[in-house]
Amino acid sequence: MTDAVLSPPAAGQADRNAAIAARLKRRRAQERRFRWYGRAAILVALSFLAILLGRIGLQGYSTFVDYRITVPVYVDPARVDRADITGANYDQLIAEAVLARLGERDDEFGRTSGKLRELLSNDLGFQVLDIVRADPAKIGQTVSVTGPVGADAGLYFKGQIDRAAPESDRKLDDQQLAWLDRLKADGLISSGFNTSFFTKSDSTEPEQAGVLGAVVGSFLMLIVTAGLAVPIGMLAAVYLEEFAPKNRWTDLIEVNINNLAAVPSIVYGLLGLAVFINWLAVPRSSPLVGGLVLALMSLPTVIIATRAALKAVPPSIREAALAVGASRTQTVFHHVLPLAMPGVMTGAILSLAHALGETAPLLMIGMVSFVPGVPGGFTESATVLPVQIFIWENASERAFHERTAAAILVLLVFMILMNLAAILLRRRFERRW
Amino acid sequence: MSPLDFLFGTTWDPQIAIRADQVAAKGAFGAVPLFAGTFLIMLIAMSVAAPVGLFSAIYLSEYASGWTRAVVKPLLEVLAGVPTVVYGFFAALTVGPLFRGFFNAVGAELVGGPLDGLGLYLMQVQNQMALVAGAVMGIMLIPFVSSLSDDILNAVPQSLRDGSLAMGATRSETVKKVVLPAALPGIMGALLLAVSRAVGETMIVTMAAGLQAKTTLNPLDTVTTVTVQIVTLLTGDQEFDSPKTLSAFGLGLALFAITLALNVVALRIVQKYREQYD
Amino acid sequence: MNLNPHISVDVQHAVLPSRAVKVRARDVNVFYGDKQALFDVSLDMPERSVTALIGPSGCGKSTFLRCINRMNDTIAGARVEGSIELDGEDVNDRSLDPVLLRARVGMVFQKPNPFPKSIYENVAYGPRIHGLATSKSELDAVVEQSLKQAGLWNEVSDRLQQSGSSLSGGQQQRLVIARAIAVRPEVILMDEPCSALDPIATARVEELMDDLRQSFTIVIVTHSMAQAARVSQKTAFFHMGKLVEAGPTDEVFTNPRDTRTQDYITGRFG
Repeated sequence: MTDAVLSPPAAGQADRNAAIAARLKRRRAQERRFRWYGRAAILVALSFLAILLGRIGLQGYSTFVDYRITVPVYVDPARVDRADITGANYDQLIAEAVLARLGERDDEFGRTSGKLRELLSNDLGFQVLDIVRADPAKIGQTVSVTGPVGADAGLYFKGQIDRAAPESDRKLDDQQLAWLDRLKADGLISSGFNTSFFTKSDSTEPEQAGVLGAVVGSFLMLIVTAGLAVPIGMLAAVYLEEFAPKNRWTDLIEVNINNLAAVPSIVYGLLGLAVFINWLAVPRSSPLVGGLVLALMSLPTVIIATRAALKAVPPSIREAALAVGASRTQTVFHHVLPLAMPGVMTGAILSLAHALGETAPLLMIGMVSFVPGVPGGFTESATVLPVQIFIWENASERAFHERTAAAILVLLVFMILMNLAAILLRRRFERRW
Repeated sequence: MSPLDFLFGTTWDPQIAIRADQVAAKGAFGAVPLFAGTFLIMLIAMSVAAPVGLFSAIYLSEYASGWTRAVVKPLLEVLAGVPTVVYGFFAALTVGPLFRGFFNAVGAELVGGPLDGLGLYLMQVQNQMALVAGAVMGIMLIPFVSSLSDDILNAVPQSLRDGSLAMGATRSETVKKVVLPAALPGIMGALLLAVSRAVGETMIVTMAAGLQAKTTLNPLDTVTTVTVQIVTLLTGDQEFDSPKTLSAFGLGLALFAITLALNVVALRIVQKYREQYD
Repeated sequence: MNLNPHISVDVQHAVLPSRAVKVRARDVNVFYGDKQALFDVSLDMPERSVTALIGPSGCGKSTFLRCINRMNDTIAGARVEGSIELDGEDVNDRSLDPVLLRARVGMVFQKPNPFPKSIYENVAYGPRIHGLATSKSELDAVVEQSLKQAGLWNEVSDRLQQSGSSLSGGQQQRLVIARAIAVRPEVILMDEPCSALDPIATARVEELMDDLRQSFTIVIVTHSMAQAARVSQKTAFFHMGKLVEAGPTDEVFTNPRDTRTQDYITGRFG
């Protein structure tokens, strides 16, 4: 042993400690800096979240308020032909009624009424048409209709059109703004919660566009996805986990399931286009084909979640059931699976929530088309919420942008609800073995 | 059209092939510019996601109190749960105009000065620059990188940390010299999985990147990606066996092959790494 | 030497006559959250000798050991009261950086925990982080001396660049000891260092401890009474978070004062 070197005399010890202490300040500073990097990273991530959600909230919340105008219209028999009710220009009638209220007179080319028509939604005209069509006796009488103001007028009331900007840069000129102010002052225009956003479907007119059709489409599609992915995924997982022999083939399947879970979603869209639409002739744009594609996409995640839940059931449960004479099938379906069910359902809900937000594969199977109504069934043309968001984002009218953000808020609310359901389920049934 | 021309051709201009009797009826389906654009955007995304995600994971697993973890982790999961179409909307209508305004303003300052050329260039920067799509994709990948890395850091045995701390190492020295080297293979695997996600991501690039196929490394330039082109070629009604549709499927196949290869490698690395400490 | 008044009145704290006290613990209480793990432990550990802490599992001996180099700091919710002095300096004093403390008080754990680095890098780790070697040749010398002193040099001198985890369990534990002594600590704490080793490897480590006590103060936690008897000069018996009895090893084993000690060393519980 080389004791002389190795047992330091007390003096050497003090020197060594001093040497270490001398470096301590720098090392502590390094430590603080490193810790600060971590804090900064988390701060950055969380502020991205705040900016993202805050920005969308700010862009979207104004959609939930709308401005409506109530107009009494004299249905002039001279203008509305009993024999051709649909042929009359109701928008013009309404515009003239409003002009009369404002004490303005139309010029001979109809320019003034044309400017006024820009401020009103054509929904008002359709309402008058519906009234007259239902009861032709109304011709010659005064009817009162209430409907949204035009998209740009709405933006003005929401403060998104700057009065101070030069007239030529604005969608609405000074005269139109003055009219709107007077109509508001006269009490013809009122504001309230925008129910039509939830009761109407897509429209080419932003002020009339709503999410109902997309919500119903998403719902139908999720039913298909859940109906296929959950039972198939669950049974596949039960087989792999409880019955399949452990050999090279099952290993290979396991590896591939993990790989499939990471395949880009757009590839599933391509697969759906080739297999379901071109080969099996499932109707394009339908909730059925969308659900099929998303079911394929969700299968791996459902399988992985179910297997994890099954693995968490301790072997003692299986041994106990087998020991009292249950068959393997009985053991699995009477004892193991019920215990694993909360975990399975949690996983299934989470993967459905993910499917609800998925857009890319649906673009491949024709769900980007304009669908103005509420889909009536699984095989009818439909759109879904995320795709509706994509379509509206592409629209050039500024008024669609706030609707896009509002549709995002609706989508996020649905996703949050699903995630909450999953969390509650996990809390409620969480079991520690 | 031969697969070689498809994979290694350097011109992408599918819009020519409209009518069979047109002069340039064949169009140009060389996918190299698409892969280059995908690569550029992926690179930008990873340079946002890797440091932020990794440092978040390090802080969460090595420093954060139980309380901080309990608050921050679910919030990061929210960021992960936001649908990609939402990120796309955010990129196209918020980040794009913001970046463009910034670069245009910087350009306006530079014009007339010694960097006149650069100024003129910056003033013409468009909303659809690669930087916008890349940066937003990076934000999307932060929770993905951080949660995978967090799992991997947690798999490093506590005994190694104790060993290092007991030698008198500070926490950061322990992380840098013991924990990270031990976790390196696993973290590499996690980053590869994130790369695969970035390559296959569709909505953000469809909404925020451009359509011009260019082979460039300039983040301020407009590029297009494989996924954008698949979407562009296949939305709208198409004949199933038109060259456009076929090339879209070709791109899809290439995308599938690339991401599958990345996943296989990444999952194998992560698996090996886990076994090491079991 | 500062003689604490406790010592003269309380035989449990009797020090060996020829040795100065290196580590002195007084009224140490440790809490994990609401649970108290140690109750009023007072113990002197003489320098350049081996002090063994024995007792049934969960008795608090490892907890006490971890107080000496403040490893309890790394456990959330742990709280230490009382005083532990290293050469008369309170280790819990705010002015003493735990980094410096741990450079002076090394530790070896139950399971060998070599870093996933080469053998050389494992031993060089401490000198590197503390900046103790100014040149490559100096570092080489420190690594060689440490491995020699840990009795591992002959087995690994030709494969210093191989991974530390490629060694056998016993070699790994000696590597970890070499790593600890490479920073030239004054005290080495060993937490059941042989519990994961086979008898032959255990014997080598025990021999090593006997060599090491020429240069270092060693405190070892062990569940093996035979080991305590073989390697230590002083033994302290812990039971249910309390120090029951402490004294020269041969006295504690041949003539225990407390019946619980007697029951434990004769194998009636444990």
